[in-house]
Amino acid sequence: MSGIWVVIEERDGHVSRASWEAVAAGQKLATLSGLAVNAVVLGAQTESLAAEVAAKALGKVVRIEHPLLAAYTADGFTLALQQFFAAEKSDYVLFPHTYQVRDYAPKLATRLGQALIGDVTAISDGPLFTRQLMQGRLNGSYRHSGNGPCFVSVQAGAFRADEAQPGTAAVSVFSPTIEPAQIRTRPSERFRGAAQTVDLGSAQLIVGVGRGIKDAANIPLAQELATALGAELGASRPICDNGWLAMERQIGSSGQTIAPKLYLALGISGAIQHLVGIKGSQCVVAVNKDPGAPIFEAADYGIVGDLMEVVPALTEAVKAARQ
Amino acid sequence: MKIIVAIKQVPERDAQIRIDAAGKWIEESGLQYALNESDAYALEEALQLKEKHGGEVVVLTAGPERVGPTIREALAKGADRAIHIDCADLGSRDALGVARLLAAAVKPENPDLILTGLQSDDLGQGQTGVILAELLGLPHSSLILHVDKTDSGLTVKRELEEGWFQSIELPTPAVLTIQSGGNKLRYATLMGIKRAKTKEVRTVSAAELASDATPVAVLERVALPQKQKSTQMIPGNPKEAAAALVEKLKFEARVL
Repeated sequence: MSGIWVVIEERDGHVSRASWEAVAAGQKLATLSGLAVNAVVLGAQTESLAAEVAAKALGKVVRIEHPLLAAYTADGFTLALQQFFAAEKSDYVLFPHTYQVRDYAPKLATRLGQALIGDVTAISDGPLFTRQLMQGRLNGSYRHSGNGPCFVSVQAGAFRADEAQPGTAAVSVFSPTIEPAQIRTRPSERFRGAAQTVDLGSAQLIVGVGRGIKDAANIPLAQELATALGAELGASRPICDNGWLAMERQIGSSGQTIAPKLYLALGISGAIQHLVGIKGSQCVVAVNKDPGAPIFEAADYGIVGDLMEVVPALTEAVKAARQ
Repeated sequence: MKIIVAIKQVPERDAQIRIDAAGKWIEESGLQYALNESDAYALEEALQLKEKHGGEVVVLTAGPERVGPTIREALAKGADRAIHIDCADLGSRDALGVARLLAAAVKPENPDLILTGLQSDDLGQGQTGVILAELLGLPHSSLILHVDKTDSGLTVKRELEEGWFQSIELPTPAVLTIQSGGNKLRYATLMGIKRAKTKEVRTVSAAELASDATPVAVLERVALPQKQKSTQMIPGNPKEAAAALVEKLKFEARVL
């Protein structure tokens, strides 16, 4: 049987939100292609996870189970899925575009002579798969060519998790053959970095600083605006990489996810890793010298200009309005 | 330890992007290029490992003639020598096609460790290192912030999502993709720049490596993104714009 297969990822014992989004993407692809959508779950014990998935409108749900899949490893997951897709013909294999998928999906695709079309934001007739290029300044449309399954990973937030249609799917088990020696990496339990003392997740007003601030010496400009607003100060990754602000102030896929009433992005270009972290913001303001910066695509209000001039003017305007 | 660092030259971050006449890629004439950011961190990690444990750092890159200055920059920072895969059609190859070229050039070198940046700032696929490992039959780990050499191989610190980390032990030879921010980047010294001029850069043509260039993932066309929101652009000098914005945030968006 051929069709569309979605590889489900677990988070804290449940199907991750990103996986439901991948299921929704699979259902969209199904309407375009007329193929059935199925799903696989991987692990050492997958019964409850499979039951969660089987409550959606899917053809089949397969539990790929092996004791050596208890902890994620690229070797283990690749072997298991390689064996599964050798036995089960597929046209499309969809993944959520998570850090874990980025670690093994290209390897799996290579082993099957394929190339992953990663971080896809839209699927249209053809099918054509859209993904961002040049840090979000351009969209590229990709087509899969040649024989064999087409591997696609789906960007977080591009499809709506609640659009995954409910239903009842049949569940079966697939047992891959994996030898301990085939798993070459030994992962530890996950751990937190330094203690989190800044909770950007619940802040109502946030000022974010990006590369446009140019120098550590200019950070106080943003701090003064944040103080005038009574806002928390956050930053895009490069600012924290440079040590200009503490890592715990980082907003984006590798930092904190925010959902404030107001987010002011100062000199932030709007790379996707940052944009996924600010999606929940009620109102986004962008200040950037480059009118083509992708942050403006996600902003409600925009000012094109030099931070060194606009930020102090904003601080004054906020102070005046608060008097 | 012999370390190969795979680097890529990409358009500068602030470069103005124009779509080419065919709508297939960007207009490359007049563009300024730079070393891909996470590759700079991969190079830094390699140089620090060499300083601690000795050995050799070889930079490897694929691209047309214009990659020369990027290679010299890496040599000036401290890499010992370079391999340049001369390839004019890099853009028409997919990630698998590019990794095949790199793998063919790496194989005869028999390195202990291969490092590359997490992803390129132009295509942003983040696949090259992982595919390279598979093609070479080596273990890998991605999103690495720190590398320790141990008696049996390596212990690395891997970044997970939402502020979590993980350590991973793996044997060498191995491939690691390096996340930005794990180290502080060095600048090239004047002495380094001078020395770079005498260091070996070996050029091999893509044709010599005889790898399959036919893409599986084909880039059909590029386009400017459509706006997700209707953005109100606020005109005026900084003072006027700031006052108008605060007014709107207070009375229109009601978030102040």
